[in-house]
Amino acid sequence: MSGVLGTSVKRREDPELITGRGKYTDDLTLPGMLHAAIVRSPHGHAKIRSIDIAAASAAPGVVAVYTGKDVIASGVGGVVPTGWLLPNLKTPAHPILATEKVRHVGDGVAVVVGEGRYQARDAAELVEVDYEPLDATVDAKGATAEGQPQIHEEAPNNVAFDWDLGDKAAADSAFEGAAHTVAVDLRNSRIIPFAIEPRAALASYDEASGLTLRMTSQNPHLHRLLMSLASLNLPEHRIRVIAPEVGGGFGSKIHHYPDEAIASWCAMQCGRPVKWAATRSETNATDAHGRDHVTHAEMALDGDGKILGLRVETYAAMGAYLSTFAPCVPTYLHGTLLSGQYDMPAIHIRVIGSFTNTAPVDAVRGAGRPEATYLVERLMDLAAIESGLDPTEVRRRNFVPADAFPYQTQVALAYDSGNYEVALDKALANSGYADLRSQQAERLASGGKLLGIGVCAYIEACGIAPSAVVGSLGAQAGLYESAKVRVHPTGTVTVFSGSSAHGQGHETTFAQIVADRLGVPMENVAVVEGDTDEVQFGMGTYGSRSAAVGGSAIAKSLDKIIAKGAKLAAHVLEVADTDLEFHDNQWSVKGSPDKSVAWGDVCLQAYLAHNMPADVEPGLEETTFYDPANFTYPFGAHIALVEIDRETGEIELLRYVAVDDCGEQINPMIVEGQVHGGIAYGIGQALWEEAVYDEHGQLLTSTLLDYALPKAHNLPSFELDHTITPCPHNPLGVKGIGEAGTIAAPVTIVNAVVDALRPFGVKHLDMPLTPEKIWRAMKNGEDV
Amino acid sequence: MATRIDLEVNGERHERDVEPRQLLVHFLREELGLTGTNVGCETSLCGACTVLMDGQAVKSCTQLAVQADGTSITTIEGLQTNGEYHPLQQAFWDCHGLQCGYCTPGMILAAADLLERNASPTEREVRDALKGNLCRCTGYHNIVKSVLAAAAGGES
Ligand code: FES
Ligand code: FES
Repeated sequence: MSGVLGTSVKRREDPELITGRGKYTDDLTLPGMLHAAIVRSPHGHAKIRSIDIAAASAAPGVVAVYTGKDVIASGVGGVVPTGWLLPNLKTPAHPILATEKVRHVGDGVAVVVGEGRYQARDAAELVEVDYEPLDATVDAKGATAEGQPQIHEEAPNNVAFDWDLGDKAAADSAFEGAAHTVAVDLRNSRIIPFAIEPRAALASYDEASGLTLRMTSQNPHLHRLLMSLASLNLPEHRIRVIAPEVGGGFGSKIHHYPDEAIASWCAMQCGRPVKWAATRSETNATDAHGRDHVTHAEMALDGDGKILGLRVETYAAMGAYLSTFAPCVPTYLHGTLLSGQYDMPAIHIRVIGSFTNTAPVDAVRGAGRPEATYLVERLMDLAAIESGLDPTEVRRRNFVPADAFPYQTQVALAYDSGNYEVALDKALANSGYADLRSQQAERLASGGKLLGIGVCAYIEACGIAPSAVVGSLGAQAGLYESAKVRVHPTGTVTVFSGSSAHGQGHETTFAQIVADRLGVPMENVAVVEGDTDEVQFGMGTYGSRSAAVGGSAIAKSLDKIIAKGAKLAAHVLEVADTDLEFHDNQWSVKGSPDKSVAWGDVCLQAYLAHNMPADVEPGLEETTFYDPANFTYPFGAHIALVEIDRETGEIELLRYVAVDDCGEQINPMIVEGQVHGGIAYGIGQALWEEAVYDEHGQLLTSTLLDYALPKAHNLPSFELDHTITPCPHNPLGVKGIGEAGTIAAPVTIVNAVVDALRPFGVKHLDMPLTPEKIWRAMKNGEDV
Repeated sequence: MATRIDLEVNGERHERDVEPRQLLVHFLREELGLTGTNVGCETSLCGACTVLMDGQAVKSCTQLAVQADGTSITTIEGLQTNGEYHPLQQAFWDCHGLQCGYCTPGMILAAADLLERNASPTEREVRDALKGNLCRCTGYHNIVKSVLAAAAGGES
């Protein structure tokens, strides 16, 4: 079905999900299945003096109770490692069950395995752990001060790494004699990823087939690899990891955590299947959190508002242990994005990663790029005020011009393509920007509710990522993607992809790629993902990489199929395969379309093999490990309109206008859905969400009573539009769209609110922008 | 000590002995195998576990199974009639009202309750009615669109 690419085909995933037939991990049961409940530290930081399991072991229905000592005694690796190394990175061990010390609330110390879910949970309460509480340290910057509690012996002052990028001398000299300089001290708040499905695992083990682990995973092969290498010491070929339906991830289901390893280890000990399903407060206390930066940033500009230089210093919390990709997030996913959409002649960033008595911090939707966009776009607004320019004008003056691509930034990335001014102009037109500014002025004069207009021009680097590049930067993995295309004798197709969807709709979009390129009907294409026994290897779904890397791998395999098919067709037609072209589901001789061989005949012949060219093997199946040549660079411009009640500080988000460029769109309906969700995710951080720890390391926001997610009634419908600048270096021209909204929205909202509060002299407010914070800012401003 | 309950679920009568503390959601999922009803928080705040009890949307994580004695429950599995999708199921599919699908059964049932009370709600009314149901994937945009489309379809 040529032409199906780029159309809003309805999702094939949905019939299962709208009827309740789809199976998520916790929906699955196995004969003889036991339930695991993990006993977790209630302290932010404490020594473990002793653990008494007697009462728990004797409780009804309890099959076994294990501590970290049992894990060690079993001889397995028993740790979860980090997968990204930086120079001089401190990598203290992260045991799957702590034995000496706990380092954050939620750190596991024991596990109870019982016949029933309630029985295991009840007995977990009976495990008596004698703790010696220690002082805790929870602030990303504060933790590195002299005299703070030491979380790991091998990391003095709790410093995990001290990293920098860019040319410090050049950046410093840009500030000398600059006409304007602006600076901001900001905190990028800590957020909880909060997939609505909590993490869960169901493990079964037997000698004959090894371990089968069904789990909430965005990347089953990565989980299998780390489970094999570090946690269980089970040979990789004896582990099968399956991701059933996965109820959202947002990064939280990338990482390799202790819990799934504990469930697996318990299944191996007990010889019966074991399920672990986190409660909400458990998943919120142990899923890797996001952001948590303390940043000082400065920008120098000339008299015309042209940027001369940018200097940034960021303290980034790593939490109690280094999570799977943690060291990469505030460095290579953050520092490299600081040029934004702008031609910046000098940039320098230093990032200090710190251990804190909190849940680990790792990639959460956007991962580093929202933080970079946040600080750059906050500074651009300050630069506009300082230079006396409209926020859109100062951005426009600094855009990398459309004819300047490829553009080498001062922070490693080479942007391949872009057309920033067009996206901004479209956003201005769609929002009626000039009109909004006059309404704002009228409102201010009339003394009514304040209006604020927020603008953001963002870039992201996604389609993660060229393996050699990330390898040179510390990744302990390649970031290619695999795709096998198997054509069956009757011409139907099965695609095996290393991507692993959890809401993104790959069964639909990947089938569209196949149908379009081969000209077969979509219903003749099956897509298989998320099973390490079915798919050779894969790096999974995150970093907006599935279409750009996973989809490109499919396209390349399809091209190989067409090339092999051409040899068979050429043999039949007695011409050279180079004389053939493939379209409309058949190979035909260039210039004489009536001389052709149909798709179905070639597929059948490939398997009958009665009439093959001498140098061609039977069968029709091709595999590609596609390693991208570069990142992809989606971009866009977002504009928000907010209204603020002068009496109460309450904010109403009136309009949200977005123009995004993700290159070619495989399925515009799905693209828009990704943007909607991404924007809401970013608005959540801007207005409501924050993970808060007190000075003892208590998580004060572990339930929905204290952690406020965006709800239907406090969001408007979003006004979306797009431009299309195809990615020049992959076969589909696609870039990725899963994170764009989350990268742009936090700062768009904050810029809007700060814009509304300009009459009060407010220059910056940290997220979340609670009514109280706004109210105080207005009060303090009036005092000024 | 088990307690006997007698209730109707998706039109089928069930008499079962349950533990007095068993949550309705666990009863539905684990005793009856109706795993379409999901658990997102167990504290009545996310709405993933929403079912209809005697026609009204309730959060089945805040009900004990024993409280459901004598009631008639509809879960997502019971929404189709003669293999036809309920207009809300159809609209969620048509309007891309779901991504990961985890919130979807609860969303659809909460919306069914709304449309039962108010056959042609405004966008504001839809948003207000769904404030007890969280979705992390869709930003609600297409969920609201789906509910409005189902309502419009019902009218025509
Ligand atoms: S599981 Fe019942 S409301 Fe969240
Ligand atoms: S579709 Fe994923 S939570 Fe709503």
